[in-house]
Amino acid sequence: MPALAVERWAKSSDLPPDAPVVLTVEGTHGPIIHAVTKAAAGRGARRGARLTDARALDPALIAVPADPAGDGALLQRLAKWAQRWSPLVEVDGPDGLRLDVSGVAHLFGGEAALTQDVIDRFAVIGLTARVAIAPTAAAAWALARFPSPRRGEGLVAQLAPLHVSALRLGPDTVRTLERLGLKTIGALAALPRLTLARRFRGAENVIDALDRALGRKPEPLTGLADSPPPRASLRLEEPATHVEAAEQALDRLIPKLVIELEGRHLGARRLSLHGFRVDGSVVSASVATAIASREPKHLARLLGDKAAALDPGFGFDAFALVADWTEGLGAAQESLVEEPSGTRDLARLIDRLSVKLGASAVRKPQPFESYLPERASGWVAAVSSPRFRGEGDQRSRWRGPSVALRAPPPLQMQGRRPSRLLDRPEAIAVIYATPEGLPRRFVWRRAVHDIARVEGPERIAPEWWRERSTARLRDYYRVEDHAGRRYWIFREGLIGDGRGGAPNWYLHGLFG
Amino acid sequence: MQVSDPPPPPSAVPLPLRGRIPTLSELFAASPRDSGWAGFLLPQIDRSKPVLWVQERMGILESGRVYPPGLGQADILHVEARDARDALWAMEEGVRCSALSAVIGELWGDPAALDFTATRRLAVASECSHVPCWLVRLGGIANLSGARMRWRVASAPSLLNVLDSRAPGLPTWDADLFRARGYPPGRWTVAHDSGAFHLVAGSGGRALGEEQRLTA
Repeated sequence: MPALAVERWAKSSDLPPDAPVVLTVEGTHGPIIHAVTKAAAGRGARRGARLTDARALDPALIAVPADPAGDGALLQRLAKWAQRWSPLVEVDGPDGLRLDVSGVAHLFGGEAALTQDVIDRFAVIGLTARVAIAPTAAAAWALARFPSPRRGEGLVAQLAPLHVSALRLGPDTVRTLERLGLKTIGALAALPRLTLARRFRGAENVIDALDRALGRKPEPLTGLADSPPPRASLRLEEPATHVEAAEQALDRLIPKLVIELEGRHLGARRLSLHGFRVDGSVVSASVATAIASREPKHLARLLGDKAAALDPGFGFDAFALVADWTEGLGAAQESLVEEPSGTRDLARLIDRLSVKLGASAVRKPQPFESYLPERASGWVAAVSSPRFRGEGDQRSRWRGPSVALRAPPPLQMQGRRPSRLLDRPEAIAVIYATPEGLPRRFVWRRAVHDIARVEGPERIAPEWWRERSTARLRDYYRVEDHAGRRYWIFREGLIGDGRGGAPNWYLHGLFG
Repeated sequence: MQVSDPPPPPSAVPLPLRGRIPTLSELFAASPRDSGWAGFLLPQIDRSKPVLWVQERMGILESGRVYPPGLGQADILHVEARDARDALWAMEEGVRCSALSAVIGELWGDPAALDFTATRRLAVASECSHVPCWLVRLGGIANLSGARMRWRVASAPSLLNVLDSRAPGLPTWDADLFRARGYPPGRWTVAHDSGAFHLVAGSGGRALGEEQRLTA
């Protein structure tokens, strides 16, 4: 996209389209021109020149600060959108996208039709795209930026008349080559390799660049996944603006995806439905499952509600269903008779609850090595995401399949623990016989509880390796009032421990 | 219902506390600040399979969150529901899943979503899948319900602790079965020890309303 920055700026500006505008970035010696409009280019402004030099040629130039970060973000969005043509898209430099279209072109009616489709689609969203398809990535880069006069011939012939800067070399190397009289790639390729290798060493290796362009040396796309995630896509004849479109597409995509999952012996742990809108934006809905699954009914049920909530905007014209997190799942026969299996049923229940109520609302206990009661028992989402798993691994407390709800053995407990714990201990007023003695009576939530029985204290010292030095110890008491209600209360601190005034009392838990 | 069984001696532990009955039981806490019902409920749950424990946000604020170290070796799947509607939905999903040993749902107050239809649906689903369902009501009143058994549970003073006479001993509960289908209602003070419920001496065998008559 040779004019990405200018076109993005033009969309949001009030100036007339023929205004001589240059976009500038700050350089070491004042503003440097980053991009120019057609009108400005006609008046002698060039990219990379200083603004003052360009103003010397034509003082009427309008300078506007450029926004490279915004351009980058737009490019990232476009890269996502360009997945409509190929699953493998890479952002290439500040203004380019690179698509791996091997085996894709025939879906769009040949390479020429694909090229035209890309140009048309970008034109619809107001961006100029220069598109080239070549056997190597470097050659495609060169041909997209430097149109070859010999179209439709072999790769070597097409590249030969191009200027050497099409090899993506540094400016110094290009200048050296020009001084040597080597202006075109053809002239460069005609030289013996040995002399070139001797003359250009290190980072600016001309031979390497040449080999990459001609396909003698591999140039993998970065971020190339070993095996792309299972994916099913659907293109619509014309944009669908009705709300049910996504749901209907889902019904057609899921069987396709399930066939692919079956072929690769995989089960989906997370599914994403991407809806590609005509205006170049993408909306997604994704769900996670607690156990690898490739059962169409279950997956459709999970994703159905979220798909229905996707906003079609100006209309969807393509959909893709991607299983972006998968786990191995062999062909398994559940049973001959219709007998529900426990693990699978439980995993499905977790999926359904998590999808409707949110993954953070459906949790299972996760013991933690700590003596503080509120810290000793944490919770993890029952549908553990990869991020969650990483955290678990760090503590090496989390083992086994994610469905196994049985927790690792807890820390050796000294005393009895209540069946319920308040999220925050609540302050209570306590009457005691002696400051260090047993409590006699307390007021919790404006009601007086006379203590009939009491057991304690169980002293829990602060975890000095985790907390500040002012943290106070806790003396826990198990108390029972006259009605038989049993509580877990604690006194924070001791008199004269030098960490604050008189100790405070809190109610922390309720016994069953 | 229980025709084939020999009639129990008057002081014996009531039938509903002797076996696990897969149905919807409603359990009213005597007060939100009394969680004695949890101690009464937990021994009645099969620990071999996970338990779905649904709590409403308001209930968590008022009477605390479930604390796994205090529950023994139970596998818990905990759901924190935003309101009673979500909680009831989660309970119904859980009751239909036979991989669970029980579903416990706590509701705060008297939500509008909890009507006769909702409880009836839970009861039928629970009986179909043989998953016991416990509907715990914190601070609610007992209006129309489809629950098969309705309990009112309060903590009672604990038994003597032989090791330390000042410390709380074995917990006891005052359990009032005020409506039951197929069982005679009654009121008992029970304790749970070594795998079974026991009647506490001096209680049991009282007819309904006797207490009210004595106090009148």
